[in-house]
Amino acid sequence: MNYMKDLPAEKLHQLAQEIRKNALKAINNANSGHPGGSLSLADILSVLYFDLLKHDPQSPFSKERDRVVISKGHASPAIYATLGLAGYFDTEEFISTFRKINSKFQGHIDRLKVPGVEVSTGSLGHGLSVANGIALGLRLDNSDSHVYALMSDGELQEGQCWEAAMTAAHYKIGNLTAIVDRNRIQLDGWTEQTMALEPLADKFIAFGWTVEIIDGHNISEIKKAIQKSWQREKLDKPFVIIANTIKGKGVSFMEDQVKWHGVSPKADELEKALIELS
Amino acid sequence: MAGAIIENQTGKIATRQAYGEALVELADQFPELVVLDADLSGSTYTGKFAKLYPERFFNMGIAEQNMISTAAGLAASGKIPFASSFAMFATGRAWEQVRNSVAHNDFNVKIAATHAGITLGEDGASHQIIEDIAIMSVIPKMTVLVPADAVETKAIIKKALLHKGPVYIRLGRPAVPVIFNPDNFEFEIGKSHIIREGKDVTIAALGIMVSIALEAAVKLQEKGIEAEVINLSSVKPLDKATILKSVGKTNALVVAEEHNQVCGVNQMVSACISQNHIGYCPMGVVAVDDRFGQSGTIDALLLEYGLTADHIAAEAEKVLNLKKKAS
Repeated sequence: MNYMKDLPAEKLHQLAQEIRKNALKAINNANSGHPGGSLSLADILSVLYFDLLKHDPQSPFSKERDRVVISKGHASPAIYATLGLAGYFDTEEFISTFRKINSKFQGHIDRLKVPGVEVSTGSLGHGLSVANGIALGLRLDNSDSHVYALMSDGELQEGQCWEAAMTAAHYKIGNLTAIVDRNRIQLDGWTEQTMALEPLADKFIAFGWTVEIIDGHNISEIKKAIQKSWQREKLDKPFVIIANTIKGKGVSFMEDQVKWHGVSPKADELEKALIELS
Repeated sequence: MAGAIIENQTGKIATRQAYGEALVELADQFPELVVLDADLSGSTYTGKFAKLYPERFFNMGIAEQNMISTAAGLAASGKIPFASSFAMFATGRAWEQVRNSVAHNDFNVKIAATHAGITLGEDGASHQIIEDIAIMSVIPKMTVLVPADAVETKAIIKKALLHKGPVYIRLGRPAVPVIFNPDNFEFEIGKSHIIREGKDVTIAALGIMVSIALEAAVKLQEKGIEAEVINLSSVKPLDKATILKSVGKTNALVVAEEHNQVCGVNQMVSACISQNHIGYCPMGVVAVDDRFGQSGTIDALLLEYGLTADHIAAEAEKVLNLKKKAS
């Protein structure tokens, strides 16, 4: 079981850059996919899968594993890139078949096809509810496993997220950490112009959560916040990390650009992006 | 005989009540069984399980979408969740969660929904779902079961629990006659039973319409017509062989269901016959004629919406006339 490898921040940053590169290669090869929200999530995925998470790519269904529900299933390129680097499968197969017919690597993550994917998602707003259910089930079994729900910010416009937020507080779900990838952009534009989410932290606090706001690209801040969320288990209160991120992070011409939510980079754009990420 | 019926019916029990009893009866044998409800545990009869097994019961409040996705998560952790609410909300309000959180994930969630159909009664149209069988059956990987009485309900709940994968179980509000003998009743997913044999016309019925179809068969017998009655409790998968075998003999069919005629079980049966049956088989339908329900007593509603034994018998005579004309 990989657990607390205590990798230096610089190494985790490099792995995040690898996630970004492989994600963009796959999107380019598929000529479709979601680069913006994949790049914003990469550092969080790196800290989780290469440092803090209890998991074993050789035994993806081991009982002792932590569970990660990735509610933003459109970030599939970053998720596959992460799982590939972790050793769940051959990265080349992912890059060459992503979004192609009969591939394991569907546009939105599919648990029945790809080892390491806990829950098939894609339709936004489901993940926190499912994560609550997993956490409640693990609690009934007195399991030590921890549950993570990785959410997008735009999906918090779905009412179901707040039903789930209410539930986590009501059932005092302490073995769960929610992480919101607050990249501030959704398909149609800025979240605050499309359907305002702020004051977001106040909303979670009002729903009974402990909130930690961090820089979602700062490796040590991500790590500290997640470790802090474990300590909160004793307080029987759900914990959310609002990770302020930049959509398209790491590629200058993609950063903070609405248009890179769901567009594939062309060959020359990919080349430029890969140089910037190296 | 599997599915043998009791000759002298005694007493009536609602299928929702039998469901609540089944949960309690199965709880000790299956520790992974957990139950969710959406503020209707008094009406769905999950309340008794909640009292006896509070740590395995989750009241999710009035939030059915969240309930279904939470049930998916519980299944992901190895539990066997039964999620209950009125059928209107468990299947209608939460359809997309049933489709994506549960079925697309192939999670082992059982949706046992009560108060289906117009016989929900006085609460009226907003709560009377006549579309649930259609919208559940259309989802890949979903199994759809509709018990006819309390005995079958208990058998179905146990089979659903043992079956790996998503199941929708349609339950009703009103007390309905106990028609099956618990001592020799058997239920299998994908299997239908002929519960009364006859050579002239086949009546394929489900849910509350099964006991009404048996009443219709008695009325027809008085006119010298021998009706065969099939209990179509396994809607998906449908037991095509039993249907085809029966209509192969009778060449006349009536389907009776407390559901919208549009996209109802009658159309699944119709497709089965048109694709497989050789020869002419006139078909009649007793179902809700594509209109919303309304408030009323159960008897008044069944009469207003044409779901009585007289309606089934009249439909049977109609198809028999068509058969006669064709021969």
